[in-house]
Amino acid sequence: MKLIFEKSVKGRHSDLLPKCDVETVELPESLRRETAPALPELSEVDVSRHYTELNHRVHGVNCGFYPLGSCTMKYNPRIDEDMAALPGFAGVHPLAPAYAVEGCREVLDTAAKYLYELTGMQGMTFQPAAGAHGEFTGVLLIKQYHEKRGDTKRRRIIVPDSAHGTNPATAAMCGFEVVNIPSAPNGCVDLEALKAVLGEDTAGLMLTNPNTVGIFDENILEITRLVHEAGGLCYYDGANLNAVMGVVRPGDMGFDCIHMNLHKTFATPHGGGGPGACAVGCKDFLKEFLPASALMDEPGHIQVRAFAGNFLVVVRALSYLMSLGREGIPEAARNAVLNANYLMRRIQGSFDLAFDRVCMHEFVLDLSRFKKETGVSALDVAKSLIDYGMHPPTMYFPLIVHEALMLEPTETESKETLDWAADIFRALYELGYKDPAYMHEAPHAAQIGRPDEVRAARSPVLRWQKPEG
Amino acid sequence: MSYIPSTPEQRQEMLRAVGAEDWKALYRDVPQEMLLERPLDLPEGMSELAMSRAMEAMAAKNRLFPTVLRGAGAYDHYIPAVVRSIPAKEEFLTAYTPYQAEMSQGVLQSIFEYQTMICELTGMDVSNASVYDGATAAAEAAAMCRDRRRRVTLISAAAHPDTINTVRTYCYGTGDELRVVPAKDGKTDIEALRAMLTPEIASFYVQQPNFYGQFEDAEALGALVHENGSMFVMGVNPIALGVMKTPRDCGADVAVGEGQSLGMPLGFGGPYLGFMATTAKHMRKLPGRIVGETVDSRGERAYVLSLQAREQHIRREKASSNICSNEALCALTAAVYLSVMGPEGLAEAARQSMAKAHYLCRKLCEHEGVSLVYTGEYFHEFVTTLPRRDEALKALEDAGILGGLPVEEGVLWCATEKASRKELDRAVDIVKEVLAG
Repeated sequence: MKLIFEKSVKGRHSDLLPKCDVETVELPESLRRETAPALPELSEVDVSRHYTELNHRVHGVNCGFYPLGSCTMKYNPRIDEDMAALPGFAGVHPLAPAYAVEGCREVLDTAAKYLYELTGMQGMTFQPAAGAHGEFTGVLLIKQYHEKRGDTKRRRIIVPDSAHGTNPATAAMCGFEVVNIPSAPNGCVDLEALKAVLGEDTAGLMLTNPNTVGIFDENILEITRLVHEAGGLCYYDGANLNAVMGVVRPGDMGFDCIHMNLHKTFATPHGGGGPGACAVGCKDFLKEFLPASALMDEPGHIQVRAFAGNFLVVVRALSYLMSLGREGIPEAARNAVLNANYLMRRIQGSFDLAFDRVCMHEFVLDLSRFKKETGVSALDVAKSLIDYGMHPPTMYFPLIVHEALMLEPTETESKETLDWAADIFRALYELGYKDPAYMHEAPHAAQIGRPDEVRAARSPVLRWQKPEG
Repeated sequence: MSYIPSTPEQRQEMLRAVGAEDWKALYRDVPQEMLLERPLDLPEGMSELAMSRAMEAMAAKNRLFPTVLRGAGAYDHYIPAVVRSIPAKEEFLTAYTPYQAEMSQGVLQSIFEYQTMICELTGMDVSNASVYDGATAAAEAAAMCRDRRRRVTLISAAAHPDTINTVRTYCYGTGDELRVVPAKDGKTDIEALRAMLTPEIASFYVQQPNFYGQFEDAEALGALVHENGSMFVMGVNPIALGVMKTPRDCGADVAVGEGQSLGMPLGFGGPYLGFMATTAKHMRKLPGRIVGETVDSRGERAYVLSLQAREQHIRREKASSNICSNEALCALTAAVYLSVMGPEGLAEAARQSMAKAHYLCRKLCEHEGVSLVYTGEYFHEFVTTLPRRDEALKALEDAGILGGLPVEEGVLWCATEKASRKELDRAVDIVKEVLAG
């Protein structure tokens, strides 16, 4: 389809602003831009149709099954959008006087109360804008804590090799040396490997639990005890909190601080990649290190972005939390786990499970045997799913499983959808043995065929250019 | 409400199918003493109607001001209706990062178009798919400018205080130093900058127009920075770019900014949009997601996430940033805004904002005791002295007008194209009454 610039017609425009009713002011020539930006020149109907056409070329959770592991693509309730659009929230200036923003403060305080109860934490900030941003905030709490105690030899953060790539990248952004430890054969923390690296230089451990292969680490209390014994702190990556919210609390597992992705666990929409929002919670003794805004709050705190965070996303998350409430929150977690186990068992017998045991909210398929026997890769299977209108699972992650496909169905999918999806996986397994060539070329019925990513990286074209002449 | 479609009977059937007696059997890996055996200490779940009433009650506790004469990093520009309706479309809303290009061409193309618009606005060669906000964009820019030899970042004291503090925090993270270049007469002190440019300086950040609304002499600052072999980073107001000289023409190596003005509501501070662009030379140092054009297996034009070798999921602890998302829906909002405004509409929003601010300033300064604190050229913000400041601001608020932001030097005012002459006159009259009283 055409780019919006290719639809532009010189001189076309919409009259959206009233005529200026005060004297105009000229910008001095030295400050003036020489040529106008080549923005599209269109009428409102052109713009509306262009974006409607683009919207038709997007697969959202509202379109169909989206079992993208680790991303918790659950249904985003429409009412939460209405709440975020209330003028009483959307129209509030972040620097309005305190008496005029009491409602916003109440939203943040109420959301924090819900999250204290779910996590066992006592301090909370909503300033970070995304999960990785929350990790950065949380690890800075650890850094400040050790520094304040004058414990400056603690230079190392321990990260299991099954972790999301953001964990080691975050630790590095916080100035720590990253110590990767191998996982045990069951995908959990190898206690001996952990003990071997713990010491006086340990600042902390970053851990996801349930971990990235969808397994709850049964040694969790021992792990956090060992880290604390060595003088380190425990950071909980809340990416997989959906499996356990209201069922078991990170604070009770021994974690000192935690981030939660409001756009995963608490059903705020992912928006094509953002805006998300993140809450970082901590135990009492870390509260003094939480971030603040230099302009809204008192100085002297760390700060990870302007103002108070993605407030309107917090409004959505609170709407969701209030809707689910006391019973609904653990019920959602239990059904997320039930759905994952059900889908896993329905697929079992075709593709191999990476770990044949009860899973939490997600599970990993290991396609290495299948690939060896058919030549069909995890990528081929993923692309084949697109022809059925199913968004593929997360591919080639975690790195500790080869030819991995990671599926997270979430609780908002029905048994019928799971049965349908399992049947497709089983059918593709069969097809791999019958017609591998067909699968190498998938998808066949999508918006585009497989894109040439090598070409995109080698000769980057990152913007539209007006054709010459 | 829990949005679970499977019926209780189906759930039982599914439990049987997985060989679990009850739900607790699914949590058998969890040390059983850790399971919460008590009900959560939270209110019961609510119906959609009850929840929305509770949220509306909270919203009603905020005080809204029909006229906003306060900016300081969050600007009350007009948001055309179509700019609200398009990003609310459910597919745009509920999709995730376009990992699977074959079912995400809509998101990818919208980002590619956004990148092009940011390049057009800033004059730079390459834009990323956006970052969290203007302050983090400044912090990411500082990080991309550092190398082994040059580790120290300079920032102008006339930048937004939240930007300075955010950059300081990111520098604290990596253990690098941030030095603040003092301001003089509401602008970066160019002589102080000259003295502070030493061989270890990686980059200097200036905001244009700055926190006080003043236009900086960006070209002169940039020339000095380049003479020192350092990188020049500009944080720019995107509405002003409708008429203002581009960062590229001022010599910037990296252009960043807060994109909230491009169609996003004030929203008590977020979500906003950090835009970030650089020259072709520094393309591979740019953090964040980037969309590129390629062809598909049929030879047709297609879009993909590109240059991923820079990113955390490949480089892990060697990545320069941990960012793995963008503000896609905000970038979409900005692109729709720029499309519907067009070059002329954007320039008009800029001209009118500037004209209204100058009108307000002139009228305010007609009163005794009110005068302009910084007298350089300004865009749509300015600082005045204001006797009986708190009283005057309160009187404005009582009349539904959010006046300027109290700052050390007086009051930082802002006007946009939304303020009519009548509203401005009324605000001035109220201030006059307080001063006379």
